[in-house]
Amino acid sequence: MSADFGGGTALQASGDELRSGGLWNRLRRGLGRTRKGLSGRIGAVLGNDQRIDEGVLEQLEETLIEADLGVETSLELVERLRSAVRSGSVARGDEVGLRQLLVDEVAVLLLDAPRAEWPPPPRITLMVGVNGSGKTTSAAKLAHASLARGERVLFAAADTFRAAAAEQLQVWGERLGVEVVRRPPGGDPAALVFDAVQAARARGVNHLIVDTAGRLHTRGQLMDELAKVHRVARRASAEAEGRSWRVSNLLVVDAGTGHNALVQAREFGAAAPLDAVFLAKIDGTAKGGMAVAIARDLRLPVAWLGVGEAVEDMVDFDPRSFAAALFG
Amino acid sequence: MFEGLQDKLQGVFRSLRSEGRISEDHVRRAVRQIRLALLEADVHVRVVRSFVGRVQELALGEEVLSSLTPDQQMIRIVRDELIAVLGEPGAELQFEGRPAVVLLCGLQGSGKTTTAGKLAVRLRGQGRNPVLAAGDLQRAAAVEQLRQVGAAAGDTVIEPAAGEDLPAFSNRALAVARDGGFDTLIFDTAGRLHVDAESMAELTALAERVDPCETLFVCDAMTGQDAVRSAAAFAEGAALTGAVMTKLDGDARGGAALSLRGVTQVPLRFVGVGEKLEDLELFAPDRIASRILGMGDVLSLIEKAERVVDRQETERLAERIARQEFTLEDLRDQLRQLRRMGPLSQLLELLPGQFRGANLAGAMDESRLVAITALIDSMTPRERRNPAILNASRRRRIARGSGRTVQELNQLLRQYRQMRKLMKRTRGKWMQGIRGV
Repeated sequence: MSADFGGGTALQASGDELRSGGLWNRLRRGLGRTRKGLSGRIGAVLGNDQRIDEGVLEQLEETLIEADLGVETSLELVERLRSAVRSGSVARGDEVGLRQLLVDEVAVLLLDAPRAEWPPPPRITLMVGVNGSGKTTSAAKLAHASLARGERVLFAAADTFRAAAAEQLQVWGERLGVEVVRRPPGGDPAALVFDAVQAARARGVNHLIVDTAGRLHTRGQLMDELAKVHRVARRASAEAEGRSWRVSNLLVVDAGTGHNALVQAREFGAAAPLDAVFLAKIDGTAKGGMAVAIARDLRLPVAWLGVGEAVEDMVDFDPRSFAAALFG
Repeated sequence: MFEGLQDKLQGVFRSLRSEGRISEDHVRRAVRQIRLALLEADVHVRVVRSFVGRVQELALGEEVLSSLTPDQQMIRIVRDELIAVLGEPGAELQFEGRPAVVLLCGLQGSGKTTTAGKLAVRLRGQGRNPVLAAGDLQRAAAVEQLRQVGAAAGDTVIEPAAGEDLPAFSNRALAVARDGGFDTLIFDTAGRLHVDAESMAELTALAERVDPCETLFVCDAMTGQDAVRSAAAFAEGAALTGAVMTKLDGDARGGAALSLRGVTQVPLRFVGVGEKLEDLELFAPDRIASRILGMGDVLSLIEKAERVVDRQETERLAERIARQEFTLEDLRDQLRQLRRMGPLSQLLELLPGQFRGANLAGAMDESRLVAITALIDSMTPRERRNPAILNASRRRRIARGSGRTVQELNQLLRQYRQMRKLMKRTRGKWMQGIRGV
């Protein structure tokens, strides 16, 4: 199942990965830059000296931090490497073994979080996150994937605050052939979501994607508003006759975010229980290492990676491949 | 998760007071804490490495070794060094040419369009006559966004015509600005990835075409380690004259500012501190330094307070706090003043860590302020001055009168007691902090 990103080995493609092979390759290319950087440096660090001493471990720690795994997670991982060396389960100077252990440990942290899955339709997905994290583009990608599964999708433009946010979603809607429920700017997002749920039911839609306004988690009032949007979505959909809708909250995190990503996950989760993370903009040089810290501290899984600007540029998150691609 | 560096250093040096001497070992342990604090603030590892190297050298001098309060001394060294690396305070834009062109560039979602609107407002306030160019031809509805931002600010926005490419649009924007009598053209561009060679070449070509007197890199304060790579690439692709750090109204420590400066030498000019168009300030290195160290930004808080708070009233209050006579009436008056200062969460963010830790943020959410004021208003003056007399029947009456619940009232009273305790405990530090500034 796991794609082998290791040194020079061809990508082992399963059926799923064949279908999305182009994307995996793009992701691999993107992460490849990381891998080269990281493995090169780890190699350099370990190659010069046969002994894995404290200096080496510290440099390793910096390497992890540089991938945005965060100070706490990085220190913990290095501590595990240290005890592995001490206990003799990795020989001193065994670069390959040490690197493999690092990949395993990161994968374990990621796999410890529950697996992110599409809940069965009908469902409502709330896209939440700070300003500029990539919610609207990610909503479009999610809709594209949903349509490909044969689902009927409706957008709710619940960002009634930012200039032209609804227009942005509208453009995506037109490209995808997805209708958009809108309201005049400044309207109440909770009321809009209520309407959107009614509309979704009336139109036989089975996936309502709600694009909420970007908000910094330090703004108490805006977080209360988000909690209300979530409550209304649940209540409105629970009243549906017969089938019950599953409401999930998807936190969109910019892969370039540092330690603040963890705070975001915690605070947004306090306002509306999060189901998974959408890690956006992983096509640059940012590694999105914060995904590891989020999984470790909050047991919150990553569901998808955003790997480009087109609607197709979304891949399912695979913990082992991600870990391997980070540290190859 | 982020305790202030100050607390950690106090821990390091605690054992010292009994020993009476600082050893090199102490300094090394302190430097390790400084390193972690900077890394937690998202300063790039390479920048941190060279930074702590310098700090260690400075600290190993006798200054710290003979100091009576080594933790304070250490903080001062770190803070001074941070300020030095962060560079000069932000300078206003320099204009040249007619129209003078200000070019904005950066990654997707960094806040370019909002910053363009904020700059226009700022420049108009300085007597200039700016016009905005919607040069983001990529992102869906980006032009519409700038149009609306411009409308809110009362600005003219030059928009691309259907099918117009960037070179043609930029030429026309220059001409429109010149012919329309505008002295400044603020040019918004598409967000781009620094690894996208084609897109970066487009930026370089655009810069050559419009010949900007200011090219500003817009950077999200929440950016992690990758900030150095993107900033370096943008500095190479376009001759940057400055950087704008956005979204500083959140709780990110903003270590990216140090990375950016340490790696590119590009001066920081402005910071974005809110969603309103007025929320753009000149970059202040000392404030960012305090923020990176988790020491809060008491200076900003005081400035803000000075604008709205009645000085006499405050002095009266300080005395009452000192005498521990802080009543619910005082609390209500304070909350009223506080609300005039803007969103509460922003204010709390400016406070040093030890205050934030006291769960004030949770206790004083905006909507709760309304509830608290209502509750206190429903008390008799005697009750406000002496809440100890609040028995069950009085509590029920107050709850009914204010339209809130008894639980909410109880919570308020708990918080009030907590607050009094907190004031008692931190009074010294707080006063010291204010006087120190």
